[in-house]
Amino acid sequence: MGKLELVQSLKGHSGRVWDVCWHPQGNSLASCGMDKTIYIWGKVGSRWTIKTKLTDGHQRTIREISWSPDGNYLASASFDATTAIWDKKSGEFECNATLEGHENEVKSVSWSKSGQLLATCSRDKSVWIWLVTEDDEFECASVLNAHTQDVKKVAWHPHVDILASASYDNTIKLFKEDEVDSDWMCIATLDSHESTVWSLAFDRTGTRLASCSDDQTVKIWQEYLPGNDQGIATPGNEPVWKCVCTLSGYHSRTIYDISWCHLTDLIATACGDDIIRIFKENVDSNPNEPTFSLLYTCHKAHSQDVNSIMWNPCLAGFLASASDDGEVKIWKFDE
Amino acid sequence: MDQLENINPKLYDKTEERDITAEEEDENVVDEFDSREIFDMIRSINDPEHPLTLEQLNVVEQNLVEVDNMRNRVIVKFTPTIPHCSMATLIGLSIRVQLLRLLPPRFKVNVEISPGTHNSEHAINKQLADKERIAAAMENNHLIEVINECIAFR
Repeated sequence: MGKLELVQSLKGHSGRVWDVCWHPQGNSLASCGMDKTIYIWGKVGSRWTIKTKLTDGHQRTIREISWSPDGNYLASASFDATTAIWDKKSGEFECNATLEGHENEVKSVSWSKSGQLLATCSRDKSVWIWLVTEDDEFECASVLNAHTQDVKKVAWHPHVDILASASYDNTIKLFKEDEVDSDWMCIATLDSHESTVWSLAFDRTGTRLASCSDDQTVKIWQEYLPGNDQGIATPGNEPVWKCVCTLSGYHSRTIYDISWCHLTDLIATACGDDIIRIFKENVDSNPNEPTFSLLYTCHKAHSQDVNSIMWNPCLAGFLASASDDGEVKIWKFDE
Repeated sequence: MDQLENINPKLYDKTEERDITAEEEDENVVDEFDSREIFDMIRSINDPEHPLTLEQLNVVEQNLVEVDNMRNRVIVKFTPTIPHCSMATLIGLSIRVQLLRLLPPRFKVNVEISPGTHNSEHAINKQLADKERIAAAMENNHLIEVINECIAFR
């Protein structure tokens, strides 16, 4: 069962909030939305308050933000076709680099585990990989045109330099650098969703991936390495990702975001029916045919669509969510 | 545009103006949204290529408007005048924008093509259901001008 308690509603944005992102140390939170502003929230005593407002970085909606793993940089992806990189070297947050190249709206941005690589994706159907050089310059290392439609989300593997992307073309693709010619290539296409894949999240091991879609399902994908005990064929000696579980019948509208907690292994979803749901793998679950149970349903978590959800990376059970209703909310879940 | 796609569209009669009932004027009675009220919000939208309303072209009809007040849902189905109409997305977008502006934000609005009335029905429905792409379209000055032109009362 469990219990999800509202810790605080954070009000400040005007209009739709698209994304929330916890700082890697878990003590502050960034949010962004259609007001072209990034808010950074932190705690004063027991209350969350606005620490910083970042304006003037973008001309249009800011769709997503992402902290670098060391927490020193914040990247923001915007409908203005650029990605901005903010840092605090001068003491205040400043935009010190703007990455240009996408033809239209940038939908998502993600840092690799090492902080050396940044990925962006766009409605122009492409995924770009940027190399962060020693003097904080960003060089485009690859332009990947594997998707046939609008790319909604990019997310790096938690340990190695493998990138996952989700698209309006209903597929998820995985990319990795070819060691021989150092070219980035698509190593897997995960095909099973029946409509737009909005978001995805790796589990803590990086051998599993959860995805959510406009088809109102969540899917769990399992990586099978060459020579696996289950006898799953691995053509070309590349790992194969197989859909091992579909959670259907739980969501009544598009699922916009999913977060897989690396501390508790719980999965949270953000849905267009205003509901936050929490899922847990069953104790007796077979890893090759896992089963998950709906642990908790928070009706009217927001008064409009929930767009983004993220587990706190350090404080187990803390969740942040963002909605079309203009609010960011912090929650505490107790099993 | 060089040439009209549908040169001679069939014309339909306008519905009568709605009679306001005593109950509707009574402030103490909760006046829930009904299909007629939603229909009134969209029936005067102009067709992008003809000086006619969506109602006159039978693109929208009251019986293709579904309202569920309890569950905050509105579903509008519209019928393009011809099955290969290139304006279908723009028409759907105009209906969506109009309802976004006029309905309280609690409502979830779906705008879809009447089943079987357009060659690219599925692709257009998917685009109209993607709120991120709608949001991006609404930030496009040129497009929003065209939509405002369609919505504007003539």
